[in-house]
Amino acid sequence: MKLNLKIWRQKGPNASGKMVDYQIDEVSPDMSFLEMLDVLNEQLISKGDEPVVFDHDCREGICGACSLHINGEPHGPGRGITTCQLHMRSFKDGDTIYIEPFRAKAFPVVKDLMVDRSAFDRIIQSGGYVSVNTSGNTIDANATPVRKENADAAFDAATCIGCGACVASCKNASAMLFVSAKVSQFSLLPQGQPEAKERVMNMVSQMDEEGFGNCTNTGACEVECPKGISLENIARMNREYLKASLTSK
Amino acid sequence: MKLDSKIPEGPLKDKWTYHKNNVNLVSPANKRQIDVIVVGTGLAGASAAASLAEMGYNVSAFCFQDSPRRAHSIAAQGGINAAKNYQNDGDSTYRLFYDTIKGGDYRAREANVYRLAEVSANIIDQCVAQGVPFAREYGGLLDNRSFGGVQVSRTFYAKGQTGQQLLLGAYSALSRQIAKGKVKMYNRHEMMDVVIVDGKARGIIARNLVTGEVERHSAHAVVLASGGYGNVFFLSTNAMGSNVSAAWKAHKRGALMANPCFTQIHPTCIPVSGDYQSKLTLMSESLRNDGRIWVPKKKEDAEAIRAGKLKPTQLAEEERDYYLERRYPAFGNLVPRDVASRAAKERCDAGFGVNKTGQAVYLDFASAIERYGKEQAHMKGLNENDKELVIKLGKEVVASKYGNLFQMYEKITDDNPYETPMMIYPAVHYTMGGLWVDYNLMTNVPGLYAAGEANFSDHGANRLGASALMQGLADGYFVLPYTIGDYLSGDIRTGKIPTDSKEFDQAEKEVQDRIKKLVGNKGTKSVDHFHKQLGLIMWNKCGMARNEKGLKEAISEIAALREEFWKEVKVPGSANEMNPELEKACRVADFFELGELMCKDALERKESCGGHFREESKTEEGEAMRDDENFTFVSAWAYNEKPSESELVKEELKFENVELKTRSYK
Amino acid sequence: MSQVAGLFNSSLARKYWMALTGLFLCLFLVGHLAGNLQLLLPLEDGAKDQFNLYAKFMTTNPVVKILSYLTYISILLHVVDGIVLTIRNRKARPQKYAYNKPGANSAWNSRFMGFLGTVILVFIVLHLNAFWAKMHWGPIDTYMIDGEEVKDLYTLTIASFQDASAGLGMTIVYVISMIVLGFHLVHGFQSAFRSMGWNHPKYMPIVMTVGKLFGIIIPALFALIPIYIHFIL
Repeated sequence: MKLNLKIWRQKGPNASGKMVDYQIDEVSPDMSFLEMLDVLNEQLISKGDEPVVFDHDCREGICGACSLHINGEPHGPGRGITTCQLHMRSFKDGDTIYIEPFRAKAFPVVKDLMVDRSAFDRIIQSGGYVSVNTSGNTIDANATPVRKENADAAFDAATCIGCGACVASCKNASAMLFVSAKVSQFSLLPQGQPEAKERVMNMVSQMDEEGFGNCTNTGACEVECPKGISLENIARMNREYLKASLTSK
Repeated sequence: MKLDSKIPEGPLKDKWTYHKNNVNLVSPANKRQIDVIVVGTGLAGASAAASLAEMGYNVSAFCFQDSPRRAHSIAAQGGINAAKNYQNDGDSTYRLFYDTIKGGDYRAREANVYRLAEVSANIIDQCVAQGVPFAREYGGLLDNRSFGGVQVSRTFYAKGQTGQQLLLGAYSALSRQIAKGKVKMYNRHEMMDVVIVDGKARGIIARNLVTGEVERHSAHAVVLASGGYGNVFFLSTNAMGSNVSAAWKAHKRGALMANPCFTQIHPTCIPVSGDYQSKLTLMSESLRNDGRIWVPKKKEDAEAIRAGKLKPTQLAEEERDYYLERRYPAFGNLVPRDVASRAAKERCDAGFGVNKTGQAVYLDFASAIERYGKEQAHMKGLNENDKELVIKLGKEVVASKYGNLFQMYEKITDDNPYETPMMIYPAVHYTMGGLWVDYNLMTNVPGLYAAGEANFSDHGANRLGASALMQGLADGYFVLPYTIGDYLSGDIRTGKIPTDSKEFDQAEKEVQDRIKKLVGNKGTKSVDHFHKQLGLIMWNKCGMARNEKGLKEAISEIAALREEFWKEVKVPGSANEMNPELEKACRVADFFELGELMCKDALERKESCGGHFREESKTEEGEAMRDDENFTFVSAWAYNEKPSESELVKEELKFENVELKTRSYK
Repeated sequence: MSQVAGLFNSSLARKYWMALTGLFLCLFLVGHLAGNLQLLLPLEDGAKDQFNLYAKFMTTNPVVKILSYLTYISILLHVVDGIVLTIRNRKARPQKYAYNKPGANSAWNSRFMGFLGTVILVFIVLHLNAFWAKMHWGPIDTYMIDGEEVKDLYTLTIASFQDASAGLGMTIVYVISMIVLGFHLVHGFQSAFRSMGWNHPKYMPIVMTVGKLFGIIIPALFALIPIYIHFIL
């Protein structure tokens, strides 16, 4: 296949960037999207140009490093996959593909297609944990039974890979799906109860501070989430936050 | 050089307790005066950083990823072993210990493995308390599954994402300490060197990957939890960024590298599809419970399949060679990983491989679909001879068991595994070897520790499924926090380590020079160009089967390629910016040295054991043959600029609690 | 962050106020519709007197007065909150995508709530100016029913939509506005429930269905009134 690529190039965080056109031949339909970019980069290096910088690591859809806004959608046209799991057979010979970084004030561009998602880390640091020391001297794992339904729902929320596709797809660049997934995981488990109120208050406060937008329930995040995290989690967080606001001292 | 593994006195089961009761402690007030550096934030690194910070040390943690949560531990699928005996099937600490020693083909240290088994139960308690959502039964209690080669159900899991859930648990513990200011986290930082002052590890040189700045960080002790080095093969199931550099730099500064040739090659991965391939994807071992592995019996059929003229479904039962069932009637498709991998290679090398490249075998679910379908039809009182119905019912059962894996396979290959057999081939997965450490997880360099996959300690020559997660967390949560205090108790009056010493100057200069050399190189070929060639040599000559001739060739080929690399490599961009090509170049340069040492290690170990198979050391039937008389030791290597001329230091392994036996799966 | 700020200024709290005022305005719509449907009654059955008496009740009854003030406040809060949220949301993505395909993952009306709301606000201003202002401050005719003076809002309304020059335009504006309101409600109704956290896998489908029906039926009935007056009456 031959493809026309329009890729966002930006030298550094403070530089201004622009879309640049590239042509690439001999793309195999069995390549992953990132392997296609590898081939492009080989081409650029051999011509003496600078290769395109993008985040990636595990290339099996679990680390959450790869991002990319491809043809108008985070992680491209597929559903339930990350960019590294997108294969070129989703495209046709002669297609034009727009490749941009995830856009949000809270995700500043580092270089080209690479963005800084440390805002997510800071949100987790504000309360995304259970305050238990790692001494191993806790109670036996089976001392507190957990309803299977709740354990399963907590797991589903916990499968978030922190890629930021929810933010990228949201018209408001809201991080509600990400934050609510973590809040939900702990609010569904008995271990998360003692700090439930502080957790949700602090995490929402940090989320606002980072400059993410609000949720307007468009549901775009749920559709684009590679792990299929449900919008239900956002409602659960709204409930938790309301409860906490009304009943905290 | 003589190695002291510092194994405590006393009976096996009391060693750890005795040791914990006798190590020196550091008082809380003094802990505040002590700095520790942790490199890597996977299971071992994140858990160590969190635990040490909780105890009161000032921790600096480093990862090359943009967030500690992305470390490659996240990709582990199956589960984590723990001797909880919740299933009441007779499990015990001893049994877990025994299975691990035996699984490692008797090349691991008894005391370390026993301690691992001992603390395994605490890991589960700890993780549950942290809110890790393990799978549960309807009664609300934890569920277990069985895993390759053992006779009990001791594997705890969270669907196919156990590694992710455990890592996020450790990451949250780490995040809590970052919020408290006890851990200073350095994301997108790569460790470039260890700094040794007066014979002790006293800091690191790190490169800020965003700005390119080379920084000095000092500490009283340095913990390397930087993972494994499977990427020396270029293609592996490791993440793209996984590398040996941190460990290798330590090795260059004096730490011994142990058993580097012990590599685990996983039998069920999706085969290579083309030259552009950047990585390989693992399909869970659980597939071998129901899938049958085969290749065509006749070479003509294999050739026709490769040419696309014949479909596997057109071959009748008697035209297929279920080679695992044929060779190992007792275990069949469920033989251990190393055995299954070698058997696949043997068939493909003999010309029976089935995909375009000839490097694949079939994993077929047709008979499982039929078997389950008949069962369902019988249970539902339907016609068991209605073929269509049986297949429909059978597919439903298979989908409920392996649905997500089948879907993943289809996404990658565009083949529907319900209709046509999957194609699989072995791929590099885990490295048992690593930095040599004593019982305290300290390398032979004082103050330099290695944890998780980065050390060599617990898996011998072959790791059992669901044991890597166990080891990573055990090292970080429960072992290092005790043992590191013993060392640091000697440092309470040292005070802050200055970073303006000549040792730091020297180390930084070396790093800068190396970077300058790479960036300024006038070569024409990309880093990947060399990495791919290195990978090919390693795979062909130091992969699933090794022989003296091949290894000797590999050593000279790697040395030649390394020389060419330094002459011909081209690194675009500058050193003072985000430059992934430069990062790769630095890592690949180290892989070149490591690769040669791996070949040397494989050459010297003239026996077959676990993942290391020497063609010269096999039984008449072609099975691996261990040589306990001559090779019951750990090969620890001291650095030499020419890795193939490294000095070998042996740590003899003593087995006082288990009897060495030959593994047989016939 | 203090809990007070938490209930007023955080992103979530602003959504609560958006949802609560929105749901209250939904209730208002039901009441308003019930009253206005009297315009569809046949004239010979005394529709004029009934409607005008109702209009008088609605402008003088103290309980209704309180409710109407609540309605004004709700509209105001809903608008102000909407503006604040929209500004914040725009700031959250200063650099837009060169190529974006939002239609692939969300319904257009859910993304254009601000726009739809603005159209509705303009409509409300026009609508208040056309009837509410005249009802309160005139000019409007009055007449007596059983010794009680009532303002003839009924005739004013009918005349407005039947006016030879402006009647058709007004009818069209009203119908379009009601279509806009419909799209606003279809998303807004269920969204309010989600924002308040009133979400349960078992009941959410019911909320979704009710919301859709609400967003279609209420504006459709509202729109029916000018159509009936202009074309049929």
